[in-house]
Amino acid sequence: MKILVCITHVPDTTSKISFTENNTKFDISGVQFIIGPYDDYALARAVELKETHSASVTVLNVGGAETEPTIRKALAIGADEAIRINAEPTDSFFVAKQIADVAKDGGYDLILMGRESIDFNGGQVHGMVGELLDLPSVSPVMQLDIEGNTAKISREIEGGKESLEIGLPFVAGCQEPIAEWKIPNMRGIMSARTKPLNVIEPSDNEKKTALESFELPAEKNAVKMVDPDNVSELVDLLKNEAKVI
Amino acid sequence: MSGNTAMADQSINRKSFTDAFSSPDFYEIDDLLTEEHKLIRNSIRDFVKKEITPNIEQWCQDAHFPEEIVKKFGDIGAFGPTIPQEYGGGGLDYISYGLIMQEIERGDSGMRSTASVQGSLVMYPIYKFGSEEQKKKYLPKLASGEFLGCFGLTEPDHGSNPGGMVTNFRDAGDHFLLNGAKMWISNSPKADIAVVWAKNEAGRIHGLIVERGMEGFTTPETHNKWSLRASCTGELVFDNVKVPKENLLPGKNGLGAPLMCLDSARYGIAWGATGAAMDCYDSARRYALERVQFGKPIASFQLMQKKLSEMLTEITKAQLLNWKLGKMMDEGKATTAQISLAKRNNVDMALKISREARQMHGGMGITGEFPIMRHMMNLESVITYEGTHDIHLLILGHDITGIAAFS
Repeated sequence: MKILVCITHVPDTTSKISFTENNTKFDISGVQFIIGPYDDYALARAVELKETHSASVTVLNVGGAETEPTIRKALAIGADEAIRINAEPTDSFFVAKQIADVAKDGGYDLILMGRESIDFNGGQVHGMVGELLDLPSVSPVMQLDIEGNTAKISREIEGGKESLEIGLPFVAGCQEPIAEWKIPNMRGIMSARTKPLNVIEPSDNEKKTALESFELPAEKNAVKMVDPDNVSELVDLLKNEAKVI
Repeated sequence: MSGNTAMADQSINRKSFTDAFSSPDFYEIDDLLTEEHKLIRNSIRDFVKKEITPNIEQWCQDAHFPEEIVKKFGDIGAFGPTIPQEYGGGGLDYISYGLIMQEIERGDSGMRSTASVQGSLVMYPIYKFGSEEQKKKYLPKLASGEFLGCFGLTEPDHGSNPGGMVTNFRDAGDHFLLNGAKMWISNSPKADIAVVWAKNEAGRIHGLIVERGMEGFTTPETHNKWSLRASCTGELVFDNVKVPKENLLPGKNGLGAPLMCLDSARYGIAWGATGAAMDCYDSARRYALERVQFGKPIASFQLMQKKLSEMLTEITKAQLLNWKLGKMMDEGKATTAQISLAKRNNVDMALKISREARQMHGGMGITGEFPIMRHMMNLESVITYEGTHDIHLLILGHDITGIAAFS
């Protein structure tokens, strides 16, 4: 079984977000980058399937050379090889097109990724990849088991859970609790040194959107602590300051 | 300590504290690390956050050695990271080893002791001085955590003077007969094997591998420690233990052999103590910013700022010392005296920082809600074991003057 796991290279969730160049560019100074947390779940499940179903796992990232430490971490966690498509991942369609162009001749039985990235949170790429490859796509997948050529899936839906059976190959956007995040061990980090990381150029440069500017949400007001014995102060604040009663 | 004092102030929540550690790196020392070093450091940091930090306060309060951590250390690769991969080790460099020790000790010095002993004092001598059969027999099991090991050098009457040891073995035909006792041995009560240093009939020190289950070999536990409470400590008692001749380490003998092991362990301690200091500093910094007295955060007071400034200065110096020493270790040219300087300086600095941080936390600093008192009590052992604070001074003095103040 061949599994393709698409990973994003995103700012750590605790990063302080700011912009430069007239609010058109994300300021990466001092920011630590990580594997997208949802992609990390997809990768963890792929590595588990590698053990139980003797699968091979390829990770793919659309990004510049700066994403290679993130890709190496994915190799340290247990992926066998990696592909980096050398382009800025600025647009969901562009990214999906790059993935689809690599995947179409790759013979992958499963194409996994996070339900969404945590930088732009588009949540569109898995659907687009499915469309471009004419494959089914499902998201958000919380459980994934493989039996022969069929996958058993459970998926979160509005107000409930849906259980599905689906034939391979297909595309899945994943989220917890599909697997537990894996911490690379020292042996994995050593073996990642020699695993292949192939860099390829993007197949085309068509983008469907163009970025105009970023804007930070308004800052939240500081929390006010009110002594539990002082209910009248609380009522006064709710009435006159918050104006909710 | 009644009522409405600092002791009763629980408004600063421990959970948010332990989750929000930020690593001080004032001189951008990360620039000196490779991407692989950073991945190693961050992976061990994640491991500690998942496996150690949530439980360590309770383990220490209960004086409980979590045996399950041995296998987990093996899985993550914390045992013998510099031992070649063919023997189950990590095949990593000394900077990596240092970073691993730093992160584990940021969690707890007792946990780091367990890993240090296994790697530097058990796997290292078997790898350096052992036969090929010994390496193949023991190293993979020690690396994976299937076996826990300990190191027997210190004796009840011979601590700083290990050369005076009385533990001895004699040739009894097809085996050696080992007699004597060792004390203050980390891991001993749970160890599967012990690397024991003993004198032969001629008074020459040799290393022997003693296995649990050998008749006459016992490992009584040392109770009532106020320090390293999550790590198990005990004695090794040898009463006419028959040790097979093939368990003698053939590669090196004399006091220099165990001292080489101590060099490797002391190097790891220099990094480890820095980790404990980083944790104390970070906790003190965040506490000082959140704790309000006289209507403003205590961090706004000059005496608090002085403490924090001095802490960061000392940590930064220690980080640079560690990095350069690590480079020299990798080049194989670090001397015992250079390692002594780093171990002595960094443990002393960490202990002082833990005491200052303890005060900055006020009453909360003595509780298990914060890691400070635990680090402080742990470091009292760390400043004593693997060469006391004073002995390292004399090693340096010897190096400077050429005159040994002790023999």
